[in-house]
Amino acid sequence: MHAIKQFFYSNNSQINVGLLLTSLILLLAILGPWLAPYAAQEMVDARYSLPQAGIALGTDYLGQDVFSRVLHGGISIVWMSIASALLGLVLGVVLGLVAGFFKGRVDQVIIWTADIFLAFPHLILVLLVVSMLGRDKWLIAITVAIAFVPGVIRLTRGLALSISKHEYIEVAEMMGYPHHQILLREILPNILTPLLIHLGTMLSWSVALLSGLSFLGYGVAPPEADWGLMVNENKGGLQIQPFSILVPILLIALFALGTNLLAEGFGRKFSRINESTEVSEHA
Amino acid sequence: MQNLELKDFSSVTPEQISLPATAGPIDRGLAEVTEHSSPLPSHVRKKGIISTNLLKWIAKRTLSSILGLFVISMLVFVATQALPSDPARVILGPEASEEATQILRHQLGLDQSLVTQYLHWIKPALVGDFGISIDSKMPVVNLIAGKVKNTLILLGLTLLVLIPAAFTIGIYLALHKDALLDRLAISFLIFVKAVPSFAIAYGLVMLLSTLVFNIFPAVSLIQANQSVWSQLQFMVLPMLTLVLSSLPYLVRLIRGSLIEVLQSDFIISAHLRGLSRTQIIWKYAIPNAVIPAIQAIALISSVLLGGALVVEVVFAYPGIGSALNAAVDIRDIPVIQAVVVFLASGVMVINLLADVVTVLLTPKLRTA
Repeated sequence: MHAIKQFFYSNNSQINVGLLLTSLILLLAILGPWLAPYAAQEMVDARYSLPQAGIALGTDYLGQDVFSRVLHGGISIVWMSIASALLGLVLGVVLGLVAGFFKGRVDQVIIWTADIFLAFPHLILVLLVVSMLGRDKWLIAITVAIAFVPGVIRLTRGLALSISKHEYIEVAEMMGYPHHQILLREILPNILTPLLIHLGTMLSWSVALLSGLSFLGYGVAPPEADWGLMVNENKGGLQIQPFSILVPILLIALFALGTNLLAEGFGRKFSRINESTEVSEHA
Repeated sequence: MQNLELKDFSSVTPEQISLPATAGPIDRGLAEVTEHSSPLPSHVRKKGIISTNLLKWIAKRTLSSILGLFVISMLVFVATQALPSDPARVILGPEASEEATQILRHQLGLDQSLVTQYLHWIKPALVGDFGISIDSKMPVVNLIAGKVKNTLILLGLTLLVLIPAAFTIGIYLALHKDALLDRLAISFLIFVKAVPSFAIAYGLVMLLSTLVFNIFPAVSLIQANQSVWSQLQFMVLPMLTLVLSSLPYLVRLIRGSLIEVLQSDFIISAHLRGLSRTQIIWKYAIPNAVIPAIQAIALISSVLLGGALVVEVVFAYPGIGSALNAAVDIRDIPVIQAVVVFLASGVMVINLLADVVTVLLTPKLRTA
């Protein structure tokens, strides 16, 4: 009982579980293609066969091995979600700092544009572009990244504004440091922690967004194996062969949960550290 | 009136959000706290306080929303009509003859300049005419009006369940902060928040309508000619999915802001003055924790408009989301344009209303 209580009260257990889940999914996705008993498009039995010897999770809507397709289908969502979250962070931080650097008109235009884009639900924006430009994986990843940019711009600018009120920034200004140097050397390093925590949040968003897109049929194109796509392909067999849907859904959920726990855990840990340093400063 | 950066909750966890709301009572001091008893701060009731400044701000905010909407309509137009892919070619398929494509291009007005095309599209659109659906040859408005209604009913029902549930759970957890139940609930909410909504939807289908229990229909077989109200059993699972996927955010925000209010100076001094705990919680703490929730509900409504897309597809619910999905599938451009513009306007209007209500309820923002 005490152990259970301890588990739910500690921030570290959030980080640990998150780390465990995320690295398990990463390992599965990266090593999966080598471990799979069959190729992704290999027919092994009749459609929607239940699990039996040799086909641990049964077959899917075409008669392909679900277990092998699960092992083959993780890598696309893993690299695409990491790429889009990273790209979104970099683009957003650059634009946010540019807004902060030039101030005035440039700042207003960037923030106004960001606000307009925030009115689009992410999924709709991505769907619109992907449906018009095609289903190339890099294109999808870049579009998802662009959908994240407005949020990052606002966060960066907000953080930079709050930091710029600190005394050491005023001192740097009085000492005549050039503006860009203050932004890059003083402000950027000090807002890096919340930005990296936001990276974790974006990672879990992009897992949901990309798998949702695949599920709607606008992500990774068949016949390739992909977890979100598998749910879409096999939804007709939900009552006959539930494993073909249950397993990919479970893996998507675990990946999203793992990344989310990391973001939550680190977010809480660092906000607590910040609080305690603030208190000690005042004391 | 510069302090208007209220609505960026998207990138912040609930606990990190600063609370403009709590500033009010603290500023006005203890004397007034013990005086006023209405949940609406006294200044709203006072005459002549809603100043010309405020009206000016509302006008400016509305104008900027309308301007934003125009920009969005342009973006949607460019994205659908002018991107490298040729709509005429897309509609007819790769086998169609060059002649047929040319004729369709002319019919769609694609041989004119982009500006002319946009003006041709936006002028009738302003009075609600979005052209003719390429697929069904019906006016787009007739096609989507019923679906918009269905989606609004679904979202309305969702909010009707979501808001009371979120407040009850959020307030309960805040008052029992750090109890084991609180911790368990937070862990559960983190789990639900992380899982994509289509996964929640299939989880519910497996649990409630196929594998474990068989209570609700797994697919919405709503008859278009009958009222949705007579077919409520089909709404339960889509609604439940939407409630579950937006509950975590709202509950944690309400819990977080109530905890913060309960620790603030004016509540502590109310305790010192000997007011009863119930009185303090219901009269002073909760009304002050509501204001951040207004912004959050606005944010959730816009998230729900997007989330409806996936959920409607899972349950084959005949709303605007499945209409958009079908239209994208067959490149029915006028329908895509109308639906996306409608969704974006919905989000803009919700955000505008939330900002105005927040400013009206927050003395510091209202009078600054």
